[in-house]
Parts: sequence; structure tokens; C-alpha cells
Amino acid sequence: MIELRGITRDFDVGGRPVHAVRGVDLTIEPGDHLSIMGPSGSGKSTLLHIIGCLDRPSAGTYRLGGQDVTHLDERALSRIRGRKIGFVFQFYHLVPRMTAAQNVELPMVFAGVERVERRQRVARALASVGLSERVAHRPDQLSGGERQRVAIARAIVLDPEVLLADEPTGNLDTTSGREVVELLEAMNAGGLTLLVVTHDPAIAMRARRQTRMVDGRLEGGSQA
Amino acid sequence: MNADDVLVFSAGALRGHRLRTGLSLLGVGIGVCAVVLLTSLGEGARRYVTAEFASLGTNLLIVLPGKTETTGMAPVIGGVPHDLTVEDAEALERQVRQIRKLAPLSVGTAAAQFGERSREITIVGTTAAMLGVRRLRLQSGQYLPEGAERDRAVCVIGAKLQSELFPSRNPLGAMLRLGDERYRIIGVMAPRGMSMGMDMDEVVHIPVVRHLRMFNRRSLFRILVDAGSHDSIEPARTAILRVLTERHDDEEDVTVLTQDAVLSAFGRILGMLTAALTGIAAISLSVAGIGIMNVMLVSVSERTREIGLLKALGASRGQVLAMFLVEAAIIATAGGVAGLGVAFVATRAFAVVYPAFPIDPPAWAVVAALGVSVSVGIVFGALPARRAARLDPVAALTRR
Repeated sequence: MIELRGITRDFDVGGRPVHAVRGVDLTIEPGDHLSIMGPSGSGKSTLLHIIGCLDRPSAGTYRLGGQDVTHLDERALSRIRGRKIGFVFQFYHLVPRMTAAQNVELPMVFAGVERVERRQRVARALASVGLSERVAHRPDQLSGGERQRVAIARAIVLDPEVLLADEPTGNLDTTSGREVVELLEAMNAGGLTLLVVTHDPAIAMRARRQTRMVDGRLEGGSQA
Repeated sequence: MNADDVLVFSAGALRGHRLRTGLSLLGVGIGVCAVVLLTSLGEGARRYVTAEFASLGTNLLIVLPGKTETTGMAPVIGGVPHDLTVEDAEALERQVRQIRKLAPLSVGTAAAQFGERSREITIVGTTAAMLGVRRLRLQSGQYLPEGAERDRAVCVIGAKLQSELFPSRNPLGAMLRLGDERYRIIGVMAPRGMSMGMDMDEVVHIPVVRHLRMFNRRSLFRILVDAGSHDSIEPARTAILRVLTERHDDEEDVTVLTQDAVLSAFGRILGMLTAALTGIAAISLSVAGIGIMNVMLVSVSERTREIGLLKALGASRGQVLAMFLVEAAIIATAGGVAGLGVAFVATRAFAVVYPAFPIDPPAWAVVAALGVSVSVGIVFGALPARRAARLDPVAALTRR
């Protein structure tokens, strides 16, 4: 359950204030599938960073799973990022020197999960994205679609509350893109809350709830 | 995050940048190697000199004419130091009970001739006691005679002189011309090498009275005193000064050096030398530290996106800090160990080439070099690691 109330985010760019997000109210129920569309610079990535606890709002309150996380300290925020949030990025963000399995293991290393459990969860996560055969491959030995699937496995390995996908298909060809979207939807069907930020209408339309972000304001989707 | 996870991650990051890692290892290695080698040289020099002095005889006092320090206003009468004579030496031997053995010493250079062979040599005038005082050993024959026969025209030659002047025959009993007089060779010294600034193997020993007459002198060069035990060195010194001042018209015009004083003076000088060398080496270590810092700063800015990702995946500031600190510490430790290894090999090689010089690296230097290099790594790694830990995750992630 994600509850945003009056979320605002201002930046100071060269002495001039920039209002990236202006008073966003948003509730996302567990198991929901929501898309945020919008042109570049509309503030959708900033909103995603706030929801992912990578950034803090200038004003407003943010409750995640019933907990007010607006004013938590850096340490608590990093724990939430590790345990409750799964990120999938446009450029995969895999560590190039590590194998697929090691990349998937990373969040559990920071969360202090026992080694035996880590191995089991890595195997399960990679199996769930259909990459059991690629465990020992490094990113440069994987295709774009495979890399993004490794990133998805890494995002879900600790059973987060919500999966945040920022242009997950932006860097993929149509076929791989469809595979990745189908994979994300399958996970959503299994109960995982999914939030996709994209400017591709074809992807956005597939979500149960669709919203648009324009000039820092959110339109539509609030009826649900 | 466990300690071994940090280690695995940091080691993996270092393996990912082999050239950079290798160069920083080299920097630290050279620094540590320099510390160990330079301190080894300094310490070796100190021990070498100490051993050299110890071989003079342990409880040695050296009496020399003249006062080494100035004493205010010059006296109206006198002021010229009295000679240090054979009679002084005899008086000391009679009156100072702490003296176990005493040997007068006079030194001069003259031509030595045997048959067709001739050369300039150093001639030492002394008495039979010299053998014990200086811990000299004979190779063959006997040393200078004692008692009634002590002024006979006999001599004892150094080992090298024997091989040069008598390559094919036994020198014992042969007559050696020294200056205008002929001396019968009665003994050959065992090889000894350099000592007190003379090559003892090229010296001829003759009775001191004949020596003074040969060079037309009254004053001895030195009187060497063996005090018998360490505790009697100071009383002996006081007594010697008292007796000689009395004999020299109440003028304290001799200097008594104790071996302790000489040794500690040299020890101080060489300690300073070691300290200076250590300082130079420490500078090279801190240069290596700055090298580490530089490399780590480059690493942090190159891996900004990776750091952003780690934070998005739940790494706390402390964890990021730990990972980068450990990277720096690994470089410093591995470089330090490698430097020690090279230094060890170098000192072994040195020991083979110059066996007389004791070059073993002092334990404190080895421990200190390693300790300092690790702390240098951590201290100079701290700034880049803090920079990494404080990176804003959004800015780091979105950087292209």
C-alpha cells in the first residue's frame, strides 16, 4: 500500500526554483498495476525516485505499507530500499564484473541475508525469469533482454512491496521488450505491486490503471 | 553485510581494474621496500660500528695527551700540555688498582726492508700487555717479551706483511731492517683487518722504548687501559686523571675516553642517520598514500553509477564507506607485503655480496612499515570512501 499526499519536489537549478512535482496525491493498493506516462521533464522520474525512497519530497507525506517514511533517516531509507522496493532501470544497471547470480545476490548482501538462503533465493529468482542456464554469465555475455531479466530477478529477490520500473523496455527491441513486459505482468499476476513509468503508450495501456504526468501534476487514475 | 562480503566485493572491484590496482600496489610496495631497506642499512651501519668498537676490548679506556675541551682563560704560565710518557704509563700501572692491564701505544711510519724487498709500513711501539688489552691473537711465534728483556730489538709482524715480505719462507728468526736498526722477527699476528683506523695486518709491533727512540719522541700516542670490569671503568677514569694531573704539575692536560662514551656517541650519530633514512622512507610511503587516494578518487568518480545502484539496492552509507575503505586497505596491505618480500630478497642479496655488513632488517621497521602502509591506505582511502558514501543516489544513478 503506497499513499502519497500532497507530494511536492522543488529543485534549485542555477538559483532558479524548478517545480518538478507539484502536489501529487496517489494511492496504490497492493497487487495493483499502474502506469505513469508523460513526456521527458514532466516529473515522472522524480516521482518514481520519491516512491523508491531514493529522493525525499520537499513537502507532503509518504506512507509505505502503513509506515510514514517521509522523515526517516538515511540508514532507515537504505533498509527500505533494500527490503521493500525493487528497481528495474532502463539501462539495466548490472555490475559488469559480476555474474548474473552475483548481481542478483547483491541486495541480499546488503540486507545481511544468510549465505545458504541467498543461494536458494538467487536460484529461485533466476528460474522465475527463465535464466537458470545463465547463472554464471557476466552481463557482457548476455543479450539486452536477458540483462533486463537479470535486473528483474534482482529486483524481486527479496519479495519487495512494490516493483518500480523506469522505462523497462526503453532500450530493448520489440520482441525482447514484449517478453520483459509479459514477465513483469506475470509477476503482477502473482500479487506483486507494479508501477511502470514510460512514454511508450503501448506499454502504458497494458496497465490496469493509467495515469499521465504533465508539468509535475498527475492526471487520471485517481478514481480507482 | 558481513565482513567477508565486504572483502569479496572490494577484492572483486580491485580485480575489475587490474592496471590501476597494480600501479597503486607498486607505489605502496616501493614505499614499504624503501622503509625496510633504508632502516636496514642504518641499523646495519650502527651494528657494524658497534661491533667494531666492541672488538677493541670491552672495558677499554683510552688516555690521550691534551685536553679536548677549552677551560676558560689560558693559564699565565704553562698551557702547553705535558707529554704523556712511558713513565706516566708505569706510574698508572703502579698506582691505579682498578687497572687490570695497561699498554702504551706509539705509532709512526718508517721503511721496512728485508733483503731486496722494502716498503713503508706503520710501526707500533708497545709492550707485551697490548696482546691482552686489544685482544690480539698470534698466528705463530710469540709476542713482545716482558720484564728484563722487554727492550730487546725484536718485532712481531702482521699477517699481510708476512705474505708480502716472506712469501716462501718462515719469517720467524729472520732479521727485518726498520729505519736504521735491525729487529729479529719473533712472531706473526693472526689476520685481524681494519681496527682503530689501521690495517692491523700491515703493522709491525716493536718495544715502545725503542719505538720512541726510533722516532725521537718523548710522548706516547695513547695509553690503552683494560679496567677489568664494567663497574671499575668510572673509578679507573677518575684515578687515572688524578694520578696524571698530579704528575703533570697539577694540570689536567690529558683526556680519558671510555669506550662507552665513544660507543654511545657513535650510537647517537648513527641513530640520527637511521632516523633520517626512516624519514626519507616515510615520505615515500606517504607519497604512495597520496597515490592510493588519487586512484581511489578516480575509482569513485568512474564508478559513480555503480555506487548509485548499490544505494538503490539497499546499501547504506556505512556499507559503501566500508567497501571503499577495504579496497584501499587491500591495496595498502598487499602492496606492503609485496614490498616486504622484495626488501627481504634485496637484503639477502646484499648479505651475500657484503657478508661483513649486518643488514638484517630490524623487526620494528618491518612491523612499522606494514602498520604504517595499512594506516596510510586507510587514512588516504577515507576521503574517497566518504565521497562515495555521501553520493546522492539519484544524481549518481542518472549520471551518464
